[in-house]
Amino acid sequence: MKLRVLIRLKPGILDVQGSAVQRALAGLGFGDVRELRVGKLIEIDLEAASAAVAQQRVDEMCRKLLANTILEDYTIEAIEAERLAPR
Amino acid sequence: MRFGVVVFPGTWSDCDFHYVISEVIRQPVKYVWHRDRNLADLDCVVLPGGFSYGDYLRAGAVAGKSPVVEALREFVANGGYVLGSCNGFQILCEAGMLPGVLMRNECLQYRCQSTNLLVENVETPFTRGLRAGQVLTMPISHGEGKYYADVPTLAALKARQGIVFRYATADGQVVKAANPNGSVENIAGVVNETGTVHGLMPHPERAAETAMGGTDGLLLFQSLLGTLVEDGTFLKR
Repeated sequence: MKLRVLIRLKPGILDVQGSAVQRALAGLGFGDVRELRVGKLIEIDLEAASAAVAQQRVDEMCRKLLANTILEDYTIEAIEAERLAPR
Repeated sequence: MRFGVVVFPGTWSDCDFHYVISEVIRQPVKYVWHRDRNLADLDCVVLPGGFSYGDYLRAGAVAGKSPVVEALREFVANGGYVLGSCNGFQILCEAGMLPGVLMRNECLQYRCQSTNLLVENVETPFTRGLRAGQVLTMPISHGEGKYYADVPTLAALKARQGIVFRYATADGQVVKAANPNGSVENIAGVVNETGTVHGLMPHPERAAETAMGGTDGLLLFQSLLGTLVEDGTFLKR
């Protein structure tokens, strides 16, 4: 079972990394960027009896380690048909 | 007082702490490997600075779930002291043993410099020898030291006098210009509810001999040593 976790800084939390990337883009002529925020992508392949179980396991992983919920929100999506990463 | 200095893969201030404890304050000290769970023969466990597990995922995140940190919970419940500096502070926050979290410095730069710290709480075992309003000088060395806590957490922290140190000017003014990393309300160090777990971004072990440029860091160790009397109970101030 393959799942993709997207971790984002919560709205309202200053993303200094995103701001720096935005400034760099402006320097390259992309001054039309209104806002840019940097997040994290984690792809997981795990053994699970069902999609619901997989979702539940990954949610537990997020709460225990993958995300810090003081700062970050996360979303989990199934990526059944795809390979995890291009080779 | 028996000290343990925890070593994770990537820890870098372990030898400095070991040196200060054994050679400067002259107390028994041993290294504790990150897989060890037995802390029974220790009075104080130090989590030093560095980049535990490469700081992968987030600073201190992986170390915060390590066997030694899991064992720390019982150690603290039994009255043990824990001092986390720099990466050690990040680890304690990630482990949920201290409130809040440390984020990337607002300036995006790694900051390695001397800082002035206003002492706010002198009721902790680590600060009993200090005066409220005193200013200590200790170095910082970090890229992710911006302390953040949400509004309710911050209010609760303040209500229970959990803020120990704030970045300040040499004369004790808590102003934006004295804030090296963008920490909320210039917070540099906090304690838990019982006062026995203390985390701070500055490095007390790097301000422990005149040859290092200052000895203010030593005051934390001296306060701690003064808190235990012969029978193991607290010394009343």
